[in-house]
Amino acid sequence: MAEPLLRIESLCKSFGAVKACHDLSLEVHAGEIHALIGPNGAGKTTLLNQIAGDLTPDSGQIFLAGQEITHLPLYRRAPLGLARSYQITSVFANLSVEENMLLAIQAHHGHSFRFWGRGLKDPQLLAELGPALETVGLSERAEAIAGNLSHGEKKQLEVGMALSCKPQLLLLDEPMAGMGPGGSIELSKLIHKLKKEMTILLVEHDMEAIFSLADRITVLVYGEVVATGSVEEIRSNPAVRQAYLGEED
Amino acid sequence: MRMLSRFDRKSLCIFISALLLVLLPILAALAGEPYLVSLFSRILIYALAAASLDLILGYGGLVSLGHAAFFGIGAYAVGILAHHDFEETALISWPLIIPGSDSGLVAWPLAIMVSALLAAIIGALSLRTRGMHFIMITLAFAQMLFFFFVSLEGYGGDDGLTLFSRNTLPGLDLGDDVQFYYICLASLSVFLLLAGRLVESRFGIVIRGCRENEKRMQSLGFPTYRYKLLCFVIAGAAAGLAGALIANQVEYVSPGLMHWTRSAIILVMVLLGGSGTLYGPVLGAAAFLLLEEVLSIYTEHWMVYFGPVMILVVLFARHGLFGILVGKEKRHG
Amino acid sequence: MLLVIEQIFNGLQLGVTLFLMSAGLTLVFGIMQVINLAHGSFYMIGAYVAATVTARSGSFLLGMAVALPAAAVVGMLVEMVVLRRLYKKEHVDQVLATFGLIMFFNELTRILWGRQPLFMDVPSWLSGSVELIPGIPYPSYRIAVIGVGLMVALFLYLMFTRTRIGMQIRAGASNREMAGALGINIRLLYTLVFGLGTLLAGLAGVMAGPILAVEAGMGESILILTFVVIVIGGIGSVRGAFIGALLVGMVDTLGRAFLPALFRMFLSSAHADGVAASVASMSIYILMAIILIWRPKGLLPAHS
Repeated sequence: MAEPLLRIESLCKSFGAVKACHDLSLEVHAGEIHALIGPNGAGKTTLLNQIAGDLTPDSGQIFLAGQEITHLPLYRRAPLGLARSYQITSVFANLSVEENMLLAIQAHHGHSFRFWGRGLKDPQLLAELGPALETVGLSERAEAIAGNLSHGEKKQLEVGMALSCKPQLLLLDEPMAGMGPGGSIELSKLIHKLKKEMTILLVEHDMEAIFSLADRITVLVYGEVVATGSVEEIRSNPAVRQAYLGEED
Repeated sequence: MRMLSRFDRKSLCIFISALLLVLLPILAALAGEPYLVSLFSRILIYALAAASLDLILGYGGLVSLGHAAFFGIGAYAVGILAHHDFEETALISWPLIIPGSDSGLVAWPLAIMVSALLAAIIGALSLRTRGMHFIMITLAFAQMLFFFFVSLEGYGGDDGLTLFSRNTLPGLDLGDDVQFYYICLASLSVFLLLAGRLVESRFGIVIRGCRENEKRMQSLGFPTYRYKLLCFVIAGAAAGLAGALIANQVEYVSPGLMHWTRSAIILVMVLLGGSGTLYGPVLGAAAFLLLEEVLSIYTEHWMVYFGPVMILVVLFARHGLFGILVGKEKRHG
Repeated sequence: MLLVIEQIFNGLQLGVTLFLMSAGLTLVFGIMQVINLAHGSFYMIGAYVAATVTARSGSFLLGMAVALPAAAVVGMLVEMVVLRRLYKKEHVDQVLATFGLIMFFNELTRILWGRQPLFMDVPSWLSGSVELIPGIPYPSYRIAVIGVGLMVALFLYLMFTRTRIGMQIRAGASNREMAGALGINIRLLYTLVFGLGTLLAGLAGVMAGPILAVEAGMGESILILTFVVIVIGGIGSVRGAFIGALLVGMVDTLGRAFLPALFRMFLSSAHADGVAASVASMSIYILMAIILIWRPKGLLPAHS
C-alpha cells in the first residue's frame, strides 16, 4: 500500500495530569476527506495543533508524505504543504479582508526580504487575490475590516487564507462551528470542491456534514482512537455508538 | 480642514512641517534668536531616534526600552574616535593600527555599523522572548551597556568624554550651527523617505503582520524571527546615526545617553507624536523638547506636570498629535 | 575569610531587600499583566516618610509604622485612579503611563523635600554589631534587615498556602479568567494585591534608608535590579522572586567584592581593576541572559 499522506505513530501529549493524547496512531490517505470526531475534551484540537506545529508532542512521531515533521517549528510546515484554519478565528483583525488575503498569498511567493516596491499593490500578488477571494465567497467584502466581519465570514476568510499556500494537506478545525445552515451548506460545497486538489483532515461536530463529506472517520474519546473506518463502518460500530452517537439514533 | 480627506490632511501636515523646518534658520535669524537653530538641531536628532524606534514599535509592535543603547553607542563611536584623534593615540594597536579620526566620513558610517552590530546581538537574544519579557530584557541590556561605559575610566567613565570639535565633512564646516542643522535635517529626511518605503514594501507588510498576529504569520509560513531581527537592526543603525549627530551637536558624550530613562523619553516622544506613523515621532520630539524648554522657564519642576500629562495622553489621546491633527486610520473596534 | 562571610551576609541583605521589592511586583505582573515602572516610587515614598517621621519623632519604629501604611494607601490610590485603567491596554501604554507616574513622584518629592538627600540614622538600639559567628562581628541593623525579610518571606508563604485570600491570589496568578468566573471579587483583589506590593516596597525603602541615601530617583536603581530578579525568577511567581532575589543579591555583592581580586590573578593590576569593575556591574545582566537562554520563562514560572 502506498505511504499515507499523513502518518501519526503513538502520539502522546499531556498537560500536567491530563492526558490529551494517549498513544494515538492515525493514517490519512492522499485525496480523502478524513473526519475526526469525538466528544468535547477528546483531544481533537490538541491533535490538530500537534500536526500543525502549534504544540510539540511529548512522544511519538508525525510523518507528512514520508517526511518526519514531529519537531519542525510552526513556520516550516506551511512550505511543506500543510495549512490549517483555527477553531477560534485567527485573522488579522485590523487589516482589511484584501490585506489579510494578500499576506497569505505573499507568504508563498518566496521570501519577503524586498524593501522597495509596494507590497499591497504588487501585481504578482494581486493576480491571485481575485480568485482567492472568489473561492471562499468574499469578493464582495474585500475592503471590509476583518475584525468587523460576521462570524461566518471570518471562518470563510480563515479557510481562504489556509488555501493560499496551495496545501497538499488542509487541516480544518470546526469550520462550521457557529455558522447558520446556509453557511454550512456553502462551506460543505467548498470542501467537496477542494477534495479534488488536496487531502483534508476535518474536525467537526456537525454530523450531517460529516456523513455527507467524509470518506473515512476516526473517533477519538479521551485522547485515544476508539475506531477508524468508512462512514458505514463507524455508523454501525457499537462501541462508537455507545460512546458518542448513542443519543443520535 | 474637515473637507480634506485624511490623506490630504496628512500631506498638508507634512508639507507645512517640512517647510517650517527648511526655513527655520532664516526665521530664527529674522527673530534674532540664533539659539533656535541649535534647539531645532537637537529636535531633529531626537526625531530621528524616535522615528527609528517607531519603526520597531509602531509597526513591529516591539516595545523596546533599550533603544537608547544604540543611540549611545553611536555617540560613543564618534566620541572615542575623536578622543584618539585628539590625543594622537591609536584606537587599537594589534593586529593592525587603527587611529582615531575626526572625519565624519569615517566616524558616522562606523557609528552606524557599530550600532547595527550591537542591535544584531541584542536583538538575536531578546527577540526570542516577547511581551513583558522582551521589554525587560531590552531594558536590562541597555543598563548593561550603561554600566559598562560608566566603568570605562579610559573614556571618561561617569563623567563622559568631551569632543574637541565637531566632525569634519568635505566642503562643509559643521562648526557652523546652520550648516550642521541642515545636515541633521537631511539625515532625518533621508531616513523618513527610506523608512516610508520600507513599511509599505513586502518586508514592511510582514513586520506589520507580526505585530497583529505573530502566530498566524508563522502558521502562514513566515519565519518571523528573521524579519523582526532585521527590522531591529535597521532601527538600531538609524538610532546610531542619531547618536553620532548628538555627539556632534553637544560635543560631549556620556553614559547617560544610554540609560533606560533615555529610552523611555524617546518612547514618550513616539507616543506623544503618534506611533505607527513615522512622522508622528517628529512632532513628538518637537513637542517634548519645546515643552521642556518653555516649561523650565516657569518652573524647574515642570516634570510634576508632565507626568500626569503623559498619563492623560495615554488614556485619552492615544494617537498623539498626529492623530489629533490628521485623524486616525479607520480600524477595527 | 572574614571578608567572605561578611560579603555573604551583605549579599543576603541585598537579596531580602530585592525580595521585598519583587514579591509584590511579580504578582502585579503575573495577575494583572501590567508592567508597572513606578514600583520604585513606593520604595522611595517609604524611605522619605520614614526618614521624615523618624527625624521629627526620634523613633525609627514610629517612622516605619507611618511609612508602611502610607506606601500602601498611596499605592491603592494609584491603583484605583491610574493602574486600573491600564489593565486592558497594551504594554507600551502601561510603560508610558507608569513612566509618567515616576516623573510625577520624583518631582513631587523634590518639591516637598528639596534636592538634597535625607539622612536616616540607624536606630540606636540596632547600632552595634553582633557576632552571629564567633569572631566575626556584623552590623546588628543589617542582621535585623535580613531577619525581617525572611520573616516576610515566611509570612507570605503561609498566607499563600494556608489562607483563603492567598489561594485566591494564586488562582488569579495562574488563570485570571477562571478566578473571575469563580466569583472572586477581582477588582478588590487587584487593589489589595497592589497595595500589598507597595507596602512591601515601602518596607524595603524604610529599611534601606539608613544604609543608602534617601533621594529622589532612588527607586529607579533598585527597580532595574527588581526587574532582573523577576525575569530570572519567573513572572508571577513569588517563590521564583525569592530564589531570584537571593541569587541576584549574592552575585552582585560577591561579584563586586571579589572579581577584582580574581582578575588580578590573570591580568596586570591596572587592567584587572578596570575589567573587574565592568564585569561586576554587568554580572547580574549576564546572569540573567544565561538563565534566559536556559529557561526562557525564568526559573520557577507561575504557569507551567
